[in-house]
Amino acid sequence: MAETIDYSSLKKGGFMRQKQKGYFSLRLAVVGGNLTAENIKTIAEVAEKYGRGYVHMTSRQGVEIPFINFKDIEEVRGKLAEGGVKPGVCGPRVRTVTACQGSEICPSGCIDSYGLAKELDERYFGRELPHKFKFGVTGCMNNCLKSEENDIGVKGGYLIDYKPEACISCGVCIKACREGALSMVDGKVVLDAEKCNHCGRCVKSCPVDAWDFEPGYIVSFGGLFGNQIYKGEQIVPIIKDKETLFRVADAAIDFFDKNANPGERFRKTLQRVGEEEFRKQVREAYEGKA
Amino acid sequence: MADIAFDEEVDITDKVCPLTFVKAKVTLDELDEGQILAIRMNDGEPVQNVPRSIKDEGHQILKLEDNEDGTYTLYVKKVGD
Repeated sequence: MAETIDYSSLKKGGFMRQKQKGYFSLRLAVVGGNLTAENIKTIAEVAEKYGRGYVHMTSRQGVEIPFINFKDIEEVRGKLAEGGVKPGVCGPRVRTVTACQGSEICPSGCIDSYGLAKELDERYFGRELPHKFKFGVTGCMNNCLKSEENDIGVKGGYLIDYKPEACISCGVCIKACREGALSMVDGKVVLDAEKCNHCGRCVKSCPVDAWDFEPGYIVSFGGLFGNQIYKGEQIVPIIKDKETLFRVADAAIDFFDKNANPGERFRKTLQRVGEEEFRKQVREAYEGKA
Repeated sequence: MADIAFDEEVDITDKVCPLTFVKAKVTLDELDEGQILAIRMNDGEPVQNVPRSIKDEGHQILKLEDNEDGTYTLYVKKVGD
């Protein structure tokens, strides 16, 4: 029977072939690491009835149910669908969008990471490409979700503006800043914009709200963290609005789609074809020309 | 050292995170509304994080002073009971 299994179509549906003949580890769709209680109950029931009574948490916030017999695939799909659980994807396409809890939950968060992950998921999840493609969203400079290891990583930050009239010259922000970008001159804070990394610690530590701030997206491209390791690079300044963010992400993913060889990761494509044209296209998207 | 009058002082230089904040918070809890606490803390992680945690608790930060001995003193006015 085994030879009748269409592995590539199963991979598309999140079925990872196991060493054990006829068994699959079923990957589920998870966005930003969140599952509802109903999802979890359904997953538990399926793991007990069709698997071996456990799940595996993947490195990118996914959940897999190991030991699903290929004969049960359709039944399992149906059961999961009843509980609102969708199969995930493997293979050459846009993978799970990872996210931290972001500004809705975490005191350090500068952006709503989870909200953005959902939007990125709706826009890109499962899109067919020459190779796997990963998005990750992290809410702040603490980088819990390791933005730069993704093909496209998004990190939250603040664009800041000092309000001297509101400042009580307490000096807290100067110590909160880890970049040495702030100093006190004649009782007022002076910002060295060159050193500012948009972490927002000045804003968050200020006892009198003497900083205006605007959330922004710091985007990195071409990260790898597998067979080879490469830190994604930021090539445009911090982005202030979602429209520009999506335009830039579209430009990057379209570039990959058009230029990559089958089975070639984004970074490898950039290295092979040269980054100049890519940087030009992303910059144009950033400026709204694309 | 201080040009700010305070009602109580606490030294958290003998603690590490998260006990730095806990020790400061316990002392603050014992004060009355409007009283001022001087918190002595180490440079580095405590001075980067404790002021923000105190702010998030709703208290009013008045001043951070560099004692120039590797420690800082944070003056906090208690808000709420």
